[in-house]
Amino acid sequence: SLHLHGLQFNAQRQVHYIAQNGGLYKRPFNESFEETPMLVAVLTYMGYGILTLFGYLRDFLREWKIEKCHNATEREEQKDFVPLYQDFENFYTRNLYMRIRDSWNRPICSVPGARFDVLERISYDYNWTFNYTGKVIQDVINMGSYNYLGFAESFGICADAAAEVTEKYGAGVCSTRQEMGSLDKHEELEELVAQFLGVEAAMTFGMGFATNSMNIPALAGKGCLILSDELNHASLVLGARLSGATIRVFKHNNMQSLEKLLKDAIVHGQPRTHRPWKKILILVEGIYSMEGSIVRLPEVIALKKKYKAYLYLDEAHSIGALGPSGRGVVEYFGLDPMDVDIMMGTFTKSFGAAGGYIGGRKELLAYLRSHSHSAVYATSMSPPIVEQIITSMKCIMGKDGTTIGQDRVQQLAENTRYFRGRLKKMGFIIYGNDDSPVVPLMLYMPAKIGAFGREMLKRNIGVVVVGFPATPIIESRARFCVSAAHTKEMLDVALKEISEVGDLLQLKYSRHKPVPLLDRPFDETTYEETED
Amino acid sequence: LRTFSDLNTMLETQFLFLAPAYHLILEGILILWIVRLLFSKTYKLQERSDLTEKEKEELIEEWQPEPLVPPVSKEHPALNYNIVSGPPNHKIVVNGKECINFASFNFLGLLANERVKNAALTSLRKYGVGTCGPRGFYGTFDVHLELEDRLAKFMRTEEAIIYSYGFATIASAIPAYSKRGDLVFVDESACFAIQKGLQASRSNLKYFKHNDMADLERLLKEQEAEDQKNPRKARVTRRFIIVEGLYMNTGNICPLPELLKLKYKYKVRIFLEESLSFGVLGEHGQGVTEHFGINIDDIDLISANMENSLASVGGFCCGRSFVIDHQRLSGQGYCFSASLPPMLASAAIEALNIMEENPDIFSVLREKCQRIHNMLQGISGMKVVGESFSPAFHLQLEKSTGSRESDVKLLQAIIDYCTDRQIALTQARYLDKDEKFLPPPSIRVVVSVEQTEEELDKAAALIKEAAQHNLH
Repeated sequence: SLHLHGLQFNAQRQVHYIAQNGGLYKRPFNESFEETPMLVAVLTYMGYGILTLFGYLRDFLREWKIEKCHNATEREEQKDFVPLYQDFENFYTRNLYMRIRDSWNRPICSVPGARFDVLERISYDYNWTFNYTGKVIQDVINMGSYNYLGFAESFGICADAAAEVTEKYGAGVCSTRQEMGSLDKHEELEELVAQFLGVEAAMTFGMGFATNSMNIPALAGKGCLILSDELNHASLVLGARLSGATIRVFKHNNMQSLEKLLKDAIVHGQPRTHRPWKKILILVEGIYSMEGSIVRLPEVIALKKKYKAYLYLDEAHSIGALGPSGRGVVEYFGLDPMDVDIMMGTFTKSFGAAGGYIGGRKELLAYLRSHSHSAVYATSMSPPIVEQIITSMKCIMGKDGTTIGQDRVQQLAENTRYFRGRLKKMGFIIYGNDDSPVVPLMLYMPAKIGAFGREMLKRNIGVVVVGFPATPIIESRARFCVSAAHTKEMLDVALKEISEVGDLLQLKYSRHKPVPLLDRPFDETTYEETED
Repeated sequence: LRTFSDLNTMLETQFLFLAPAYHLILEGILILWIVRLLFSKTYKLQERSDLTEKEKEELIEEWQPEPLVPPVSKEHPALNYNIVSGPPNHKIVVNGKECINFASFNFLGLLANERVKNAALTSLRKYGVGTCGPRGFYGTFDVHLELEDRLAKFMRTEEAIIYSYGFATIASAIPAYSKRGDLVFVDESACFAIQKGLQASRSNLKYFKHNDMADLERLLKEQEAEDQKNPRKARVTRRFIIVEGLYMNTGNICPLPELLKLKYKYKVRIFLEESLSFGVLGEHGQGVTEHFGINIDDIDLISANMENSLASVGGFCCGRSFVIDHQRLSGQGYCFSASLPPMLASAAIEALNIMEENPDIFSVLREKCQRIHNMLQGISGMKVVGESFSPAFHLQLEKSTGSRESDVKLLQAIIDYCTDRQIALTQARYLDKDEKFLPPPSIRVVVSVEQTEEELDKAAALIKEAAQHNLH
C-alpha cells in the first residue's frame, strides 16, 4: 500500500492539498517560486516609471527635432493614408527596448552546441543600427540554446546521416503531404515517433509553432470549450483562437483553478444558451519555457478523467529532456501515454532539428491526416531534417546499439540538478522545478536586463534575458538552458561568472537560507511517497 | 395685486417649514421605494447558482462529451495519399511507379541541383541541422542575415525577413499590421494561408469577386460613404487590399496596375502574396511587379514562400523597412518559432545565385507553360483554368457530375490513368469545410523547366486520352 512520509508542512492549506493529491505522485515534486521582495518590487516599478518619463521627454525632443529621430518613416506618397502604426504601439519599442536591444538577436556563426561563436557587433547610434566589426567572439559558453541533449552537432552519426539524405533528396520537398509531398522518409519518421512516445500513431509537421496553431482548429470548434494555462505558448493561444472555441484561462499550474473552471463549465453549460458544451479540451505544456515549471500532470489527468475532458499536452521543452529514458513528462511521472489524448511536441530542442509532431490514438491521427491545416496546405518536412530526427531519436532509444542517448539523458538530469542547486545556494531567486533544464534567474529591474546580458557576454557566456511582455512587468529574468553537452567544467565556469555578475549587479535577492531537503520552509511543496 | 403675490410667496415658504411630519415621512418612504425599484431586478437572474452540491455532481455525472474526433472512413481520399519513394525530383516514384513529375512545385528544377545540395551540405558541416532557438535567442545565424540581405537585393527592396515555414509567412504578416477594427478587402480566391492570417487578425473582412476590380471599387466606394458618416472612426481604421500574384487556387494573375490605381484613389495599402509568381514571372523572376513593370515600392508588403521556385523551406516578406521591420517584434511565426535551419537558408541562397546567373531560366519556364497550356485546350469535358504563363494551373470538369465526391473520384480516375502511364499528377487538395469559398475540384498541373518538350507533349496527350477514357 502507499503512504505518505517525509512531509513537513506548516501551512494547513498545503497539508490538505497533499492529502488530496499526494497519492498521485510517484516522485518528489519540488517546485518553488520565491515571492518578489517588496523593496525590489518597488524599485522595479520606479525603474519603469523613470524610463517612461524619459521616454516622453525623448519623444518630445524628437517631435521638435532637437533629437535625431532614427525611426524609418512612411513614404511621402502615402503620408495621407491612415497611419500603419498607432504612436503608442511603438513607445515601448522606441524608448525601452531600444536601450537594451543588443541583448537579443545576437547572430552566431557556428553550431549552437555547448559553445558557440558570436559575431561581434557594435552600435554607434544607441542600438538603432548595428555594425559588424568582422570579428568573431569565439567559444562562448552557450547557456541559451534549447540544445538539451546536445544533438546540435555538425559531425557524428546524426549529421552524417543528414548529409547522406541531403545528397540523395536535396533540401526541399515542393509539395504538401496530401499532394505529392509524402515521402518514404516521412512515413519512417512517423512510425518511429509513435513507437518512441508509446502511442498508436503519430504525424509530423514542418514547424513546431504551426503544429499547434494549425491542428488545434481541427480538434475544437464552436460550442467547444478550451481551458488553457495562463502561461501557455503563443502557438497554443493562436491555435485556440483560430479554432473558434470558447477559451477560458486557468491560473498557471493551479489545479484548484482548473477544477473550478471544469466544474462551472459542465454545470452551467455554454454562456447565454446554457446548452451543454460539446467537449472540453485542456491545453497544457510539459515544461513552461519561461517559468521552468513542470506541469502537475498526475493531477491534470485525474481531473480530466473525472470531468471527461480531453487533454492536449505540448511537450516542446520536455520531450527528450525529462523522464528516465527521455520520453518526456509522461514518463517522468510514470504515467500512461494513452491517458493523454493529444501528445504534441517539437523536434527543435532535444533532437536538434526542426518541426513538430502529434501522437495519439489511431482515430485521432486518421482525422488529423485528413483535416489538419498543415497536412493539406503546408509543404512537408525537409528530408535532411527528417533524417536528423530519425537518427537522434534512435540514439535516445538505444536503437543505434550504443548507450550514448541514454547517457545524455542522464547527464542532462545531473547537470540540471547540479546547476540549479548551485545557483540557489549562491542566493539567486530561481524559479521552477528542480528537474527542469530551463532555469530562470530573476533580475526584476529593467536596467539589469541589459546589464546582465552584456556582462555575461563580456565574460564569454551567452545567456538569454527576457522582460516584458514575455514576462509579467516586474518579473524580468535571465534564462539558462542546461544541456547534456555542458561539461562540469563549463558549468563551473558559468556558475563562477554568474556569481560574480550577480554580486556586481546585486542579483542575489533570495532571503531563504539554503535548507536541507527535509527542512524546507512552508512555501515550497514536497511530495514524496514510497511503496512499502 | 403685488401685495397678494408677496403674501402668496410668504405663505408658500412658511408651508414648507410647517408641513406636517407625516407628510415628510411619507415622501421619504416614497423616495426610498423609488431607489429600491431602481436597484432591484424585476426577475431573479441566478436561479442556477442555487444548485446544491449534489445536483452539481449529478450534472457532471450526466454530461457526455462528443468524441474528440469524428470517425473518418477508410475510403477518405486524404487517408489514401500518394507515397513517394526517394526524392521528389523530375523523375519520381509514386506508389511504386516511376513517373515524370507534374505535381511538385519545383518550377526551376532546383531541388535536384548539385550546387544547391552542396551549399546545403557545406552549411550542415558548419552549423549542424537545427538552430535550437528562435531568432531572438541565439537562433539568428550569419546565413539568415545573408539570405535576408540577398532576398532584399533580389527583389530590389529595402528589407526582407525570413520565416521558417512558408504557410506561417503571410499568416503571421497580416495580423502584425491589421488588427481588430481594421478593414481588409480580399479576393474570394485567396489561398488558405491568407484566410488564416485574416482570421487571426480579427479585422473586418470584405470579399470581392475574383479579380473583379469593379466589385472591389464598389466595396471601396461603399466604405467611402461609410467613412463620411463617421470620419473619426475612419481616421484610425487601417485598410488593406490583399491579393495574390498568381492565385494558387485559380492560376490567374492579379490585375496589379488597376489595383494600384485603386490603392491611391482610396488610400488603401496593398499586400501581395507571391508564392507562385516569385521566381517565375518577370524577366529576372522578381514576380508580378516586374511582370507589369511596377515600382516595387508601390506595394506595401510582398510575401512569398521559398518552397516552390527556390526549392527550399520557409518563406519571406519584403518591402520598405518602415513596414517590414515591425514584424521582427510582431510577427508571431517569426518571434515565437525556432528559426530556419541554416542548411535550408544556404540552399535558398545558392538557389538565388543560380536564378541571378541564369535569367534565361524564366523564359524557358514560360515557353514550357505555354506549350502544355496550348496543347491541353479543347479536351471535351474539361477546361483549363489559369494563365498560359502560370507554371501551376488547373484542369476542371466542364460540367459537374452532380456531387463533389463523384467529381473528385472522376478526376482521380484520370490521374490514376496517367500515373499508370508514367505521368504523376495530383488533385489540388482543400479542406472542404474550412475554405471560405471552396474552389471546384481540379487536377493541378505543375510545369518545371526540367520537363522536356517530349514529356510535355506526352503528358498533354495522355491527359486528353485519360479524359476521353473516363468522361465518355
